[in-house]
Amino acid sequence: MSPFLAREMLTLSFQHLWLVVIAITVAAAVAIPGGVLLTRRPGLRRSLLGFASVIETVPSLALFGFLLPLPLLGGIGPHTAITALCLYALLPIVRNTVVGITGVDPAVREAAVAMGMTPQQVLWQVELPLALPAVLAGLRIATVTTIGTATIAAAIGAGGLGVFIFEGIASVNTAMILAGAIPAAAMALVADEGLEWIERKFSRV
Amino acid sequence: MTPPPAVLDIRNLSCRIAEREVLHDIKLTIEAGETVVLLGRSGCGKTTLLKCVNGLIPASRGEIVFQGRPVAEWDPFRMRRAIGYVIQDFGLFPHWTVAANAGLVPKLDGWAADALEKRVNLVLDAVGLPPHEFGARYPRGLSGGQKQRVGIARALAADPPLLLFDEPFGALDPITRFELQRHFLELRAHFHKAALFVTHDVREALMLASRIVLIKNGTVDLVATPGEFLSGATEESRAFLASLDGGRKNE
Ligand SMILES: Nc1ncnc2c1ncn2[C@@H]1O[C@H](COP(=O)(O)OP(=O)(O)O)[C@@H](O)[C@H]1O
Ligand SMILES: [Mg+2]
Repeated sequence: MSPFLAREMLTLSFQHLWLVVIAITVAAAVAIPGGVLLTRRPGLRRSLLGFASVIETVPSLALFGFLLPLPLLGGIGPHTAITALCLYALLPIVRNTVVGITGVDPAVREAAVAMGMTPQQVLWQVELPLALPAVLAGLRIATVTTIGTATIAAAIGAGGLGVFIFEGIASVNTAMILAGAIPAAAMALVADEGLEWIERKFSRV
Repeated sequence: MTPPPAVLDIRNLSCRIAEREVLHDIKLTIEAGETVVLLGRSGCGKTTLLKCVNGLIPASRGEIVFQGRPVAEWDPFRMRRAIGYVIQDFGLFPHWTVAANAGLVPKLDGWAADALEKRVNLVLDAVGLPPHEFGARYPRGLSGGQKQRVGIARALAADPPLLLFDEPFGALDPITRFELQRHFLELRAHFHKAALFVTHDVREALMLASRIVLIKNGTVDLVATPGEFLSGATEESRAFLASLDGGRKNE
């Protein structure tokens, strides 16, 4: 491998990682509080989770395409890609937050309330700690998927490892495709293992 | 000398859930050191009555006065912290140690760390769980009987004047249940609290009660000491007494 290609690979890997980190951070910041809110509103829960499931079924290339003409969110460049990646990452995080909190033993919640905890105390000291393993699992699933989906971001000029893959396809150059695919796969594996390790550390119960 | 006000005074309480009157015109007072057992079939409204006392369900008529003050006028969170509560399914926090579980209410009340630790050690000892052995363990490693001992320690920890028990021994095997019932009597003699104890087990009622309040379809059917209860003054009390024989008459 030429030094030029190696340097290019490193740059694109960092770009790729950057897209993923931003997208997951923003998604988590929306999805975790959103998931908590949905556990308080069963009606809203059904409609919003349904809506998020629909987004999930839109093919990613198409979603990038739909976002392109939109003001602010759309256009050529990384922010469109980040918006799309965020939308995809929302569902697993919201769903796992909801599942984690609604899965808390009703007797535990009943006792917490009966012993005089305020709703805030029940949330922060009981529900969230007990839901944490599920929330972390949601983050892991979202991260691993986003690392894969982010390769398509190159199609709208957002950079990342997809650049190699698209160039490789265009020039029928298998080595070039692998130069994009292998680091992306490695990144996904490392993220999966690392986040699973954290998850295990927090699920002693 | 005028007697001190009752710890709990339930005055003509009625309570509706989902348009149905679940409790009707309940009258009941409890003094310190007394255990009032609410006895009744499943679904007769026992849990609902405890939840009304704890401010979890509002009264639709009448009122409940706790320590001289109507429940509706209390800050609900402060009031609940002044009432111990023990439930059948334990409800221990699985992510907290035994000591942390037992110390929940004093911690919410903002006790200093050393006073909290002393109090937790005292109540764990009182329920028969030596703190050096059990304090650092988690609920998942405990037997049902041990879990409920922690539940009772938690209810006692902030030294509340009133304790509510909702079928606390219903999930335990008969031998463990009997151990905890005997232990309950020791604790009552030691701590001298007012207790409102729910059960559908007439044997348990006879063993633990200062007074039995028999509930039928959300109304008080009979108030009696265990001795008086045995004479079977109402049809419902005779139905419960018949279950004591366990069909032995037919042998
Ligand atoms: N959340 C609720 N919604 C509708 N009905 C309820 C609810 N809670 C209790 N009830 C009804 O109120 C009655 C009394 O229930 P409960 O107090 O739990 O009885 P017990 O504790 O004596 O078994 C029952 O008939 C039950 O079906
Ligand atoms: Mg009940």
